Amino acid sequence: MTQPILNVRGLVKRFGGLLATDHVDLTVQPGEIHALIGPNGAGKTTLISQLMGELKPNEGTVELAGQSLDALPTAQRVGLGLARTFQITCLLPDYTVIDNVALAVQVRQGHSFRFWKNVRADHSLRDEASTLLTGTGLEPRANELVANLSHGEQKQLELTIALATQPRLLLLDEPMAGLGHVESQQMIETLRGLKNQVSMLLVEHDMDAVFALADRISVLVYGRVIASGSVDEIRQNPEVRTAYLGEGDELC
Amino acid sequence: MTLFLEQLLNGVQFGVMLFLMAAGLTLIFGIMGVINLAHGSIYMIGAYAGTFVATETGSFWLGIPAALAAAALAGVVIEFLVVRRLYGRDHLDQVLATFGLILIFNQAVTMLFGRQPLFVQMPSILDGSVELLPGLSYPIYRLTIILVGLLVAFGLYLLINRTRIGMLVRAGSTNREMVRALGVDVRLLYTLVFGLGALLAGLAGFMAGPILAVQIGMGEQILITTFVVVVIGGVGSIRGAFFASLILGIVDTGLRAYLPGLLRQVMVGPEADALGAGISSMGIYLLMAIVLLIRPKGLFIRNS
Amino acid sequence: MNSETSFKRPALLAAVLIVLIALPTIADATGYSALTSLATRILIYGIAAASLNLVLGYGGLVSFGHAAFFGIGGYVVGILYQHYSLEEPLFGFIPGTNQMLITLPAAILISGLAAAAIGALSLRTGGVQFIMITLAFAQMLFFLFVSLKTYGGDDGLIIRRTNELPGLNMRDKHTVYYVCLVITAAFFALLWRIVNSRFGNVLVGLRQSEKRMAAIGLPAYRYRLMAFIISGMGCGLAGALMANFLRFASPDMMHWTKSGELMVMVILGGVGTLFGPLIGAAVFIVLETTLASWTENWQLALGFILLFVVLYTHGGVQALVLRLAHRPENRNRFSESTMRRFKVLERPLRVRKDARRSNGKR
Ligand SMILES: Nc1ncnc2c1ncn2[C@@H]1O[C@H](COP(=O)(O)OP(=O)(O)OP(=O)(O)O)[C@@H](O)[C@H]1O
Ligand SMILES: [Mg+2]
Repeated sequence: MTQPILNVRGLVKRFGGLLATDHVDLTVQPGEIHALIGPNGAGKTTLISQLMGELKPNEGTVELAGQSLDALPTAQRVGLGLARTFQITCLLPDYTVIDNVALAVQVRQGHSFRFWKNVRADHSLRDEASTLLTGTGLEPRANELVANLSHGEQKQLELTIALATQPRLLLLDEPMAGLGHVESQQMIETLRGLKNQVSMLLVEHDMDAVFALADRISVLVYGRVIASGSVDEIRQNPEVRTAYLGEGDELC
Repeated sequence: MTLFLEQLLNGVQFGVMLFLMAAGLTLIFGIMGVINLAHGSIYMIGAYAGTFVATETGSFWLGIPAALAAAALAGVVIEFLVVRRLYGRDHLDQVLATFGLILIFNQAVTMLFGRQPLFVQMPSILDGSVELLPGLSYPIYRLTIILVGLLVAFGLYLLINRTRIGMLVRAGSTNREMVRALGVDVRLLYTLVFGLGALLAGLAGFMAGPILAVQIGMGEQILITTFVVVVIGGVGSIRGAFFASLILGIVDTGLRAYLPGLLRQVMVGPEADALGAGISSMGIYLLMAIVLLIRPKGLFIRNS
Repeated sequence: MNSETSFKRPALLAAVLIVLIALPTIADATGYSALTSLATRILIYGIAAASLNLVLGYGGLVSFGHAAFFGIGGYVVGILYQHYSLEEPLFGFIPGTNQMLITLPAAILISGLAAAAIGALSLRTGGVQFIMITLAFAQMLFFLFVSLKTYGGDDGLIIRRTNELPGLNMRDKHTVYYVCLVITAAFFALLWRIVNSRFGNVLVGLRQSEKRMAAIGLPAYRYRLMAFIISGMGCGLAGALMANFLRFASPDMMHWTKSGELMVMVILGGVGTLFGPLIGAAVFIVLETTLASWTENWQLALGFILLFVVLYTHGGVQALVLRLAHRPENRNRFSESTMRRFKVLERPLRVRKDARRSNGKR
């Protein structure tokens, strides 16, 4: 069996009395899109934040391709190939679209203790950033300030920036949330296109998107993984139906 | 030994004063997210108002309500006119606006009272000493300060842990939005908290009067020390402020009392005194540096 | 960013430079010879404020202790001079000197070291603690120098003569002014490179969102520390120049109000702009001088002006002027930043459930 790209064992996170992550085990195989679904407040974002090292878990271990991440700060985890997008977008509002992407490229290229050369005339950054933007719909908006972007464009930019770090595993926190129908379809297409390059952990409420993209699905309820399996297994799972999808026969 | 106990009490007394300041400062920051440099000015206002009334009327006791009222009033006015506009602004704006307030208050007080320090006469029942232990007599006034400070600390403990306001305060410091969502009049809560902090600062200022001179700049001196308390105790933690105040009070007093003597063993008198004074005034900052090295968030903040 | 455009107005820059070069001559010709001294002070404070602005405006770190480095710079000059004139080496082996080519680099170095130590500690926290800690450490150094009786204690150190530069007559006020002007020009050119470099890029990124920078893999601490050190060195340089100009170094140079004044200069001129602090220093010093000549209660007026600037203008004098000049790009920048302020207040901590549910159903 191949080594999983992501291996989470016994992860626990408490906020005071609340168990936001309850002994979570999770594996993502290389090349797969693993969807993580669950109702509001299930602890999906909290889980991603722990994988990134932004939040410290109370217990448990996280491995990326066999390497333990537990002692590493966020920055180093990114260096090892982990990247995320934010549910509530988190971008640099005073910078333009291309500045945001170029900065991610810059950080990936190595340390930034360079004090002399003008960064905005640096072709090794600008060219790669442009390449990353081509074909994304953000291309014509490259020189727009991020603060002026629409919500959908910001979501798209979140993804482009994450890709600029050249991740091996992409953690996507509700990339479709708040997008219109057309934008959602574009996002699905984009993610499908990335499938061969990078593994993904996809948190999403939009079940159409999940069923369209996912290879495997895990269901998180009250911080616990109550089911994990292929798309069909999850569709059939009665526990999931009651806990998450609601009583009705119809799926969303 | 008695000398040591006396210094210890002096340290506690200083610590208690610091606590009165730090409690207000840390509450205001914890709940409203505002850093208020003018807290020292309120301390000064309390001291001046109380001392002025006490001197004019000849009654120390009348000075107390005057100090409290003036400080609370100043606090509420500051909140209403300036600080209210600073919620949600960045720290830079808060620092600069309240720095402006310091300039204004210092100058206004200079215009009203002149540059000469004021002194206030202690009432006769507090002026004297009691024998606590054989050979250890201690000024009643300082003992009173300690007592008042501990009472205030206990009162704050009850207020925060046992009352509805306290519940809101606790909730407010962790989740501002939630309190707002509960339909609480946040503005009123903020004004009350600010007024309470101001009241405590005014009390501290007036009580300091008979021990220290009442003068321009007294507020900033204690303010900066209070910052050290808050950093060591952990921002937003009243309990932390209490223990950190006592620790700092004792450390500072102890260094001042004993360091010059120790240095005199190895160098000549006046130089030892000067250097000793220098190092002991640096002592609390060095303590802060050590705390930052081991627990950057403060000694009394639980790691979550 | 308008830091970028700052040098794109070469004509304006050249004009200002020409005026500055001609200033002593103009001052003498019009009989206002005090103008030269005033301008020297403005240049020196401009360097200090611009240094502070590197961490404050570009880095978003509110340091309330930068007067410490200003004072250290001054004391390096003063102490080296004292050992030079007494002809006894410092610590028994460092000879004193009155050569500016040595004292300035020494001042920069020592204040850089101090900034490294203070920065390394204070950057372990952030936000409001950072403000309090930098203030406290500056106060600590203030007390230290007050207690150093060898170096004048409370009264400070008198430097009988301005440091020497080979081939120049440093007793001439004009020469001192020109030396300061050259150093200021060089300093701002350097700063301009820095803020537009890769380093400046991450620094400004960190100000906008530390979370985002971590998510693209940036370890924040070391960059902030470096910015803090550079900024401390700049303040040290300014302090050394000031000690030379006043021929005096005293604990007052590192008094906490001095830190406050430097911040006021930054905000008066415009936070996070290259030349803003220089403009701010000019406004502050002219204001101080004028107010002080009218009334001895000038601090009262200053306090009210500061309150007004903070509460009612966003972006300081420079932005105010530009807005009055109706530059469209600035109007935009304005409403944008004002809007963001509101958005921050409105943004719920978590997206509402009902909103989400409809979203999931779709
Ligand atoms: N910093 C925090 N402090 C305390 N509680 C928190 C914190 N962050 C999250 N929580 C709580 O933990 C639980 C899980 O939150 P989380 O944001 O991870 O849910 P989620 O699955 O991402 O939900 P959504 O679908 O709404 O995004 C919630 O009950 C939330 O209120
Ligand atoms: Mg979430």
